[in-house]
Amino acid sequence: MIPDLGKHALPILTSYGVSLALIGILIWISIWRFNSVRHQLEEIESKVKSRV
Amino acid sequence: MASIWRYANPKVFIDASNKVLPWVWGIAAICLVVGLIWGFFFTPDDFRQGATVKIIFLHVPSALVAINAWLMMLVASLVWLIRRHHVSALAAKAAAPVGVVMTLVALATGALWGQPMWGTWWVWDPRLTSFLILFLFYLGYIALWQALEDDETAADLTSILCLVGSVFAILSRYAVLFWNQGLHQGASLSLDREENINDVFFHPLVITMVGFTMLFLALVLIRTQTEIRTRRIKALMIRERAQEVQA
Repeated sequence: MIPDLGKHALPILTSYGVSLALIGILIWISIWRFNSVRHQLEEIESKVKSRV
Repeated sequence: MASIWRYANPKVFIDASNKVLPWVWGIAAICLVVGLIWGFFFTPDDFRQGATVKIIFLHVPSALVAINAWLMMLVASLVWLIRRHHVSALAAKAAAPVGVVMTLVALATGALWGQPMWGTWWVWDPRLTSFLILFLFYLGYIALWQALEDDETAADLTSILCLVGSVFAILSRYAVLFWNQGLHQGASLSLDREENINDVFFHPLVITMVGFTMLFLALVLIRTQTEIRTRRIKALMIRERAQEVQA
């Protein structure tokens, strides 16, 4: 299944590993912040509404 | 035609982006999975570069997004400077971390590809150098947003920085045409069939390029929503504090 990368296996696999890790971290942080800020705003808005 | 400016309303922007986001995420996921698996597992070795040609499926799409992210930030910054729509300034702010990661991926994969092909990780070639400067501009842009308390001032100054940095974004794209010296090859894709890369690499490459572009769009949409909500939280907190002082 794994293609024969020969003597270039290290740079190729490192390229894929580093790139996918960086992109994965970016996606994870973006989604985590999206959810966290959305919940935070919902809480604050409900507090403000309950006072009015 | 409904005016594009109605998306400057944060609520309209959030509603509209929520409608398209599932499609954008879906297309991004399908194209990235198909393109990368096709490129990594089912393409042959290049006659000159051997198996290292597989790095092209990460290097070219990330470089494409890195440059175009800055150009998108340029358009958004111009909209902010001319029309003062907050959503556009926040969209530019939201795109910068995505751009910096894509630039880093392009630089890292370029170095890893360059070592076995050129015998060096790095060379002060026009394209590589302009790309490194673009990366530094991204870092400067993010740092400037973080450094300023007042969002309006931050949006103004970062927009100016974005205009200046655009020179390097354009240079990064066209450096290979301006200067012939340097190790970096010419454009991988061309409308001229003779100059374009072989179809066995071209098809998965185009799919990964669509995947990276859609991923960029999805990330910018959710990050812009986050910035809009963060701004709203700030505004509510200020109002709360003002009411407490009055009471």
